[in-house]
Amino acid sequence: MATLSDDNQGLRLAARYAVLILIAVIFCFPLVFMLMSSLKPDQQLLSDAASLRAFMPVGDISLNNYTAAFQRAPVGLFIFNSMLVTGVTVVLSLLLCSMAAFAFVFVGWKGRDLVLTLILATLIVPFETIAIPLLLIASKLPWLGLEGFTTGWLNSYHVQIIPFLADGLTIFLFVQYFKDLPGELIEAAQVEGASWFSIYRRIVMPLSGPVLATAAILKFLYMYNQYLWPLMVVQDENYRPVMVGLQYFFQLNVAWGEVMAYLSMITIPVLAFYLYLQKSFIASIASTGVKG
Amino acid sequence: MASKFQSSNKAGWLMAGPAAFLIASFVILPFFFAIVLSFTNQRLISPNPTEFTGFANYRQLLGMSTLTLEPVKDAAGSVKMTAEGSPEYPAIRSFTRNNPDYPGLDGMREWFSFGWGESRTFVLARDVVFLTAIVNTFIFVIVVAPVQAGLALCLALLINQRMRGMNIFRAIYFMPVVVSIVVVSLLWRFIYDGDSGLLNNMLSAISFGAIPKVNWLGNPSTALGSIIVMSIWQAVGFHMVIWLSGLQTISPTLYEAGAIEGASKWQTFRYITWPGLRNTAVLVIIVITMQAFSLFAQVDVMTNGGPVDSTQTIVFQAIERGYGKQDISGGSAISVVLFVIVLTISLLQRWITRERT
Repeated sequence: MATLSDDNQGLRLAARYAVLILIAVIFCFPLVFMLMSSLKPDQQLLSDAASLRAFMPVGDISLNNYTAAFQRAPVGLFIFNSMLVTGVTVVLSLLLCSMAAFAFVFVGWKGRDLVLTLILATLIVPFETIAIPLLLIASKLPWLGLEGFTTGWLNSYHVQIIPFLADGLTIFLFVQYFKDLPGELIEAAQVEGASWFSIYRRIVMPLSGPVLATAAILKFLYMYNQYLWPLMVVQDENYRPVMVGLQYFFQLNVAWGEVMAYLSMITIPVLAFYLYLQKSFIASIASTGVKG
Repeated sequence: MASKFQSSNKAGWLMAGPAAFLIASFVILPFFFAIVLSFTNQRLISPNPTEFTGFANYRQLLGMSTLTLEPVKDAAGSVKMTAEGSPEYPAIRSFTRNNPDYPGLDGMREWFSFGWGESRTFVLARDVVFLTAIVNTFIFVIVVAPVQAGLALCLALLINQRMRGMNIFRAIYFMPVVVSIVVVSLLWRFIYDGDSGLLNNMLSAISFGAIPKVNWLGNPSTALGSIIVMSIWQAVGFHMVIWLSGLQTISPTLYEAGAIEGASKWQTFRYITWPGLRNTAVLVIIVITMQAFSLFAQVDVMTNGGPVDSTQTIVFQAIERGYGKQDISGGSAISVVLFVIVLTISLLQRWITRERT
């Protein structure tokens, strides 16, 4: 049926690709601009912005901005802080939330339905509405650390980690996934007298690869990109994560090349990670859509 | 499902306990704290004991009143005119500063006014900035929710075509979602810059210099719009993916049936695709609305609420008061107002989109 309009179809196809590419350019250009600008001295960066040179690695290209950024701010420390806080939170939250979801789906216990309902109800509470009272609580809580007994959690790693170890969304994702697992497997193990913990560890967890990836990716993005909370609770630069460390570049004179270099350094690893695992990233966002 | 598995109170509480305890301590407790604190004068650090102050915080935030004034008349009884040629009214200050006849208006400021015949009605508010923040937040939500959901659906339909390379385009469209909103906001500050901004340069290039330069973020009439455009750009890929997963649940046999019946593209969308996306649509709209009400980082990085409060938002006000001014009770009251708004809107949305039987 295509004999009549082969040319026409070819043209249509080309038009479709043109639209797709144009949209792709709209989504790409700020990131390309960031990367290219990070290689240019300030003066050229500003003058290039007047033409398409802004998106090309032309002129006086060097890594000087990157070395200058390291001199201006403890960039390595900020990245380490973010990695530490994000890594610890992701690992522990997967453990705690999957265990809780296991108890909600596979174990019968008093209060189960009430507790699950309360946890799922927290999904409609935006973090922004509890940030202020949480700040007060965090400033008063006691802590037993290496320096002995202290009051107040401000300016520490744990203030950035502990409040985010368990959340409704992660538990919800695990509960949804566990409900679809074959229940006979768990029943059979119970008949054989396996303990609850060994059923969790030896049967359920090995089957949970996809949901672990989903939950890990969502939590990673949330934690690495945190801004409001660390802004309020971490004034001490020793504990600052990357997004708050950005303030460093806006004290005194702003060197845009250095800002672009810093932005590139904190963004490229995440983008590379995303492009490498993009199917899982997209699948994890899509799986949040099943709750409708 | 409960009967299928064995019961064990000990195992249940041991395994769910830690997560439940953490959520109770760091989500549910602060939530109730917000409500309690909003009725006090709690500060982050204060030498004085905390006191209950009733609705004082809410009165301070939401207190409003109207005042209708007649124009000032001279001795002959004709209306006095200002230099601009409009009728002159008595100074609002004379009513709101220590006027014993109007104790309820003390400390209020003019929010806006409208004419009514010869007289003019002035709407006064105790906290004009906060009310502006509420209005701005609503404008943001009302524009972003439909536009972002609509654009995301268009992108999803575009990506859902059977053509080569779709995975690449999908990956690119989604890319801004994984980049921190803080980074995105900083990059767009450059795009919107009044002098050497990429947007101004591009507009003047395609119009051969006819379009004048605009300081997008420095102008009260364009600042909020600029933040809206950028926010949509950043998050539209997220909702595109949710629409896509909805599209993939629609059975291909329906489309085949449509093709046999000779349905046009629009008919296919209207009678097959759209009904199949109902649940997805409800979810997308509710999620966007909740995210949009939380607008903060963009404002903090790009405009700090300015110029002349044109980008103040509810959350920005809550943080400025609760953290910036260390007024925990004032910030908590704003949080409660925000939560009541979000809850009302999402219940309303659920009610409007409910399954009608």
